[in-house]
Amino acid sequence: MFNTLSEKLDSAFKNLSGSGKLTEINVAQSIKEIRRALVAADVNYKIAKEFTDKVKDKAMGSKNLLKAVKPGEMMVKIVMDEMVELMGGQSVGINVKGNPGVVLIAGLQGSGKTTFTGKLAKFLKEKKRHKVLVAACDVYRPAAINQLTVLAESIGVDIYKEIDNKNPIDIAGNAVAYAHQNNYNVLIVDTAGRLAVDEEMMNEIEGIKNAITPTETLFVVDSMTGQDAVNTAAAFNEKINYDGVVLTKLDGDTRGGAALSIKYTVGKPIKFASTGEQMDALDVFHPERMASRILGMGDIVSFVEKAQEQFDEKEAKRIEKKIKKNKFDFNDFLGQLNQIKKMGDIKSLLGMIPGMSKLKDIDIDDNAFSKVESIIQSMTPHERANPDVLNMSRKKRISKGCGRNIHEINMFIKQFNQMRKMMHMMSKGNGMNQMMEKLNNMQGFK
Amino acid sequence: MSIFKKYFTKDKKEDLDKGLEKTKKSIFGKIANAVAGKSKVDESFLDELEGILISSDVGLDTTVKIIERLEAKVAEVKYLNTSELNSILKRVIVDILAENNTEDLEDFVYPDYHRPYVLLVVGVNGVGKTTTIGKLAYQYKKRGKKVVLGAADTFRAAAVDQLKIWADRNEVQFFSKGMNTDPAAVAYEAVQYAMNEDAHICIIDTAGRLHTKKHLMDELTKIKNSINKKLPGAPHEVMLVLDATTGQNAVEQATKFTEATDVTSLAMTKLDGSAKGGVVLSISDQFKIPIKYIGVGEGIEQLQIFNKASFVDSLFDG
Ligand SMILES: Nc1nc2c(ncn2[C@@H]2O[C@H](COP(=O)(O)OP(=O)(O)O)[C@@H](O)[C@H]2O)c(=O)[nH]1
Ligand SMILES: [Mg+2]
Repeated sequence: MFNTLSEKLDSAFKNLSGSGKLTEINVAQSIKEIRRALVAADVNYKIAKEFTDKVKDKAMGSKNLLKAVKPGEMMVKIVMDEMVELMGGQSVGINVKGNPGVVLIAGLQGSGKTTFTGKLAKFLKEKKRHKVLVAACDVYRPAAINQLTVLAESIGVDIYKEIDNKNPIDIAGNAVAYAHQNNYNVLIVDTAGRLAVDEEMMNEIEGIKNAITPTETLFVVDSMTGQDAVNTAAAFNEKINYDGVVLTKLDGDTRGGAALSIKYTVGKPIKFASTGEQMDALDVFHPERMASRILGMGDIVSFVEKAQEQFDEKEAKRIEKKIKKNKFDFNDFLGQLNQIKKMGDIKSLLGMIPGMSKLKDIDIDDNAFSKVESIIQSMTPHERANPDVLNMSRKKRISKGCGRNIHEINMFIKQFNQMRKMMHMMSKGNGMNQMMEKLNNMQGFK
Repeated sequence: MSIFKKYFTKDKKEDLDKGLEKTKKSIFGKIANAVAGKSKVDESFLDELEGILISSDVGLDTTVKIIERLEAKVAEVKYLNTSELNSILKRVIVDILAENNTEDLEDFVYPDYHRPYVLLVVGVNGVGKTTTIGKLAYQYKKRGKKVVLGAADTFRAAAVDQLKIWADRNEVQFFSKGMNTDPAAVAYEAVQYAMNEDAHICIIDTAGRLHTKKHLMDELTKIKNSINKKLPGAPHEVMLVLDATTGQNAVEQATKFTEATDVTSLAMTKLDGSAKGGVVLSISDQFKIPIKYIGVGEGIEQLQIFNKASFVDSLFDG
């Protein structure tokens, strides 16, 4: 059905492997595949073309330099380097210096402006110790002001609003004066969503900008946006000349090609990545991660972070002790499964690991665990805590209880015992700690 | 033109035309340019067409399909002028839209032998679920139906207030248990309420969720099941709302939401923007789910019935 970018790239690079060097012909073939792959990731069609043309030039120019490297790997490197460069090297901060510093938030309907306003306010308040005020200037969408009110309250930030005023330009101007009088360091102005083709509304946002002269203007865009991203980004840029871009809903599975398109079109830095509905799901933007995401090359850093989020140190220590004593049982196993499941969709997790994206379509789905779970759930508490008591008659009963045949039960128990043995052996070398150390080191790499 | 006379009032057609103007200009204007001076379909024309379709979010697979079919059709004819080529292309696209065997609606109607008819509305964050519900309520109310809106988005800040405002605007009934309550319980009781009130239709709003979040998708399944527990056979319709601005990820959304709730209808919003809405072709090509409505603005009347022929027609009409 829907071919992922990495599959496309894999097949593009397959053309290259074996043939020894980058030739005009095999480069041209792969380039076509790469372009299609980018397009499937929602990179704008024209930009994909220009981008791959550039990659092609680089590839052809480099053909004599690196004999040792496989051509496929060489191409990956060229594509990655080019994309990271395009996405902007270092992450750029925002300017909130002023009395107050004023941040203007703009974007399409439903792109995530209000949620981001809340997150940014929380970030500035907690991480930067600023006294923050948010202003509610979406006078159109029903309950938009309430939405910001609720968010502001939940993060302990003050809000400026004028319930009966239908003029967002006035409200925004008044908010600046109010923030100034009341010694707020930063004012964040949330605005209504608007379409770039809506002239009246575009004039309004320009008017707001002129009225408040923000120190920072941010364009908020949904990372799932398709080919239209370039038009919208350019139109907003023309009108309000924003300083940076915020990509939202990156916690989904979109490849996010819009990020590349926008950066390419307007040349403005992407400053934040919004990754969830909670008020702290905000990240600075990492160009390398985004590049590998668009290319479907996996996002190992995000994987490790997700793993760590779920990692419960106490629980790990407890399990480690049990493994050392060779007392790891079915209850512990279930607990571990749940930990993994909490990390989310197994397939999308696998996709984060470089080279694993191909595995995604094989039978590893979230139900893979349900078989194992049903077997364990058919055991008595005594059996779960004492895996060694499982004799034939017990196995038969379990088989009946969970509706799996006896062969499946045997297979599972055998695998469990093998795993237990291996973990026990590893634990003598302090494997668990080493693994966590490794995870920690990788964190430092971000 | 006749199709429009049948299904759209003049105002509505203007809305749609306005919404589709950009699409029209870019797709078919460009095709005209592409074929100008050429008497047959050549490689460079097809390249150009590929670019046009893809930059309208049609998606690779469907684009290839359209081009292949066009090539096959054109192979039978020796010489073509621009307008002949346009009409062949148009037919190819209409055919693809028609292949899912789903009939277009003729009005804002539903099988009203169900009472209450329960409609569950789902989709990712910010696509326009609540707004679409407000617009639908308006249409049903106008047709003399007794409508109940159930506020099962208990998660997003002020979501209940938002739906309440739409209920008040439409002067229809509203059921809520407030924020942060169990959405499955809200849905269950909303249906109960609709039954007690002898309402014709009960529309349940849900919180936006990304289709990749397993626990949230499970929650949706739970909401659906609890509706079914209250009223066997319900929900009678599960509508997935898609945003025309969304690119190829809309296909993933359709897949995952269908897995969780057996989506039975689609609505596509924000077609008044510059996004081309070509993803409709991809989705129609892959799913047997009818596209019922399109959103063409934020106003209460700016919801229209999706009509395949008019949709493609309005792309072609100058
Ligand atoms: N221009 C336009 N905006 C829309 C349309 N449908 C919804 N919206 C806007 O999109 C934003 C999100 O809508 P909402 O109904 O709250 O989305 P939900 O989170 O899916 O319930 C709001 O600002 C709506 O006014 C449409 O068809 N056209
Ligand atoms: Mg909503």
